[in-house]
Amino acid sequence: MPAVAAQNVTKIFGQGDSRIMALKDADLSIEAGEIVALMGPSGSGKTTLLRALSLIDPPTTGQIAIGNEVVFDGARVLTDDRKLRRQRMGIIFQAYNLIPFLTTVENIALVLTLNGISNSQAMTRASELLKRLDLGHRAGIYPATLSGGEQQRVAVARAVINDPAVILADEPTAALDTERGKAVMDLLRHLGRTQQAAVIVVTHDERMIEGFDRVYYMTDGRITVH
Amino acid sequence: MSSPSHIRRLSRSRTNKLMNLAIRDVRYRFGRFLLTALGLGLLLATVMAMGGIYRGMVEDALSIVRAPGADLWVVQKDTNGPFAETSRVPDDLYRVIRAVPGVREANAIAFQTVQLDYENKSLRVQLIGYRPGNLGAPSAVAAGRPLTMHRYEMVLDRKAGIPVGARLPLGRLTFTVVGLTEGIVSSSGDSTAYVSLQDAQELQFLKANEAVRNERARLAADLQANPMLNSVPTASLFSIVQNTNLANAVLVRLEPWANADEVARRIERWNHYRAMTTAEQENVLAKNVIERARQQIMLFRIILLVVSTVIIALIIYTMTIEKTRDIATLKIIGAPNLKIGSLIMQESLSLGLLGYVFGALLINLTYDYFPRRVAVLAFDQYVLLGIVMIICVLASLVGIRRALAIDPTTAMGGGA
Repeated sequence: MPAVAAQNVTKIFGQGDSRIMALKDADLSIEAGEIVALMGPSGSGKTTLLRALSLIDPPTTGQIAIGNEVVFDGARVLTDDRKLRRQRMGIIFQAYNLIPFLTTVENIALVLTLNGISNSQAMTRASELLKRLDLGHRAGIYPATLSGGEQQRVAVARAVINDPAVILADEPTAALDTERGKAVMDLLRHLGRTQQAAVIVVTHDERMIEGFDRVYYMTDGRITVH
Repeated sequence: MSSPSHIRRLSRSRTNKLMNLAIRDVRYRFGRFLLTALGLGLLLATVMAMGGIYRGMVEDALSIVRAPGADLWVVQKDTNGPFAETSRVPDDLYRVIRAVPGVREANAIAFQTVQLDYENKSLRVQLIGYRPGNLGAPSAVAAGRPLTMHRYEMVLDRKAGIPVGARLPLGRLTFTVVGLTEGIVSSSGDSTAYVSLQDAQELQFLKANEAVRNERARLAADLQANPMLNSVPTASLFSIVQNTNLANAVLVRLEPWANADEVARRIERWNHYRAMTTAEQENVLAKNVIERARQQIMLFRIILLVVSTVIIALIIYTMTIEKTRDIATLKIIGAPNLKIGSLIMQESLSLGLLGYVFGALLINLTYDYFPRRVAVLAFDQYVLLGIVMIICVLASLVGIRRALAIDPTTAMGGGA
């Protein structure tokens, strides 16, 4: 059973003459522990697909399933999308998007506390994860004082702290140099495999596609397996 | 949808509180938050000062009525008494009133506003004349002693800033300050000065020598001009010109068993004066004399509270706008609207509470330095705290509405 599956997913923006079809019958199926890349030029629909899979911006038609649960049936969202994301998904952004008023460790612990875990337990688990990522010494400082690479590693930690079934990463290396980008990708692959999560990484950087199980290529809203 | 097993397991073992985002946001922007609260505190201090001035005005107005401890005020018919309008009664009226059943004590009293000069400074005082040792004396003397002699002594309120022993020229007379009262002032906040009734009558009713001479000459001329009266000896009428046997009211204290309304009705029926209970006299002062000032202050307080609401709403709205991306991120990582809403509402309440504490501290430390009495009552402060909290809740709704409308995609890259 795939960890995440999308069937005939379309996304249409606007109406009438200004109508744009951003996704056209996109099909996708990724198993637990599988790491795939989603590549394509700007405007090809990569980020739109991630938004659709995470129900941040649900598709217009098609079906999306997370594990054995259909979360979008072609007409409506069948679940609490926020609950789905905080419990079963990890999302990584191009611009890191760490909460500036939370310290590094609090940014990670936040995801656990949103799931009802006590603050002290969440902080303990977040601190342990930071130590595993060699960021233990940065636990108590605010994100603004971290380097770009460090911020993205913290963002990866935030995405994996709740052992999600699906990790979605939107251009996670776009703001990093090659060396730091590769380090982040290595970390993502390692954590994805360790936690048996289905990892989908949107990227348009050819240098980053080593080590993926599959690479999906998108053009004008359509997906082709590379 | 089922939760992952580790989350369920940890949730069950939850013992400590969850992460409070508002506290962390305030901690992060503490300096700015503190300054904002300080600004709000100054505004709320003004609201509190206005309330205190209003209360002080009422207390000032009532203090002069309450000080003698009278039950009834007998005043000129068809007037509202000496605090609202001119009231003149014969100073021996008290003898007649003493005979009314139920009256225990009665004494004439005179009120007048005068200007005192002391050490090259002028100050207005409310002069009160009474017969020393009788009804009309201040309820307590805080320093020095009460009036004992019947002439040329004065008991002043401490607010005048004139010490015991000072000698004060006033009209043709010179007074020695023998005692000080505490907190007895007129409705306009002027200090009171107690003197003997005879001194007060001379100051109020005795005319200047030139004026007396002129009136005597006019009286003599009138008598000569009227054939029916020209046989009346002019000198026998001179006392009319010089009559100072007047007072402004007669204070009455009743026997414990007497009914104030009944005694008042009896005095009004056959003495042709108005007898007001102390409650009525207080009502005249509170409702008629200071009513406009009260309304003015109340309106100003309402305006300030509306301004506070708008300012808090603007601050919270701006703080929300600044966190647009963070709120979008919170939505993406799954934070429920309740969590986001409580972040904004808690910040709004914290801002209001801190501003209120600053304001209360400021007003409690400074109210003694205001030129007029500022009566800061605990009850008023609790009510204002409640109003501020309600204002903060209302103001936060603007920010919450904005936060809930934020599109989570704002946090993601702009790629398609």
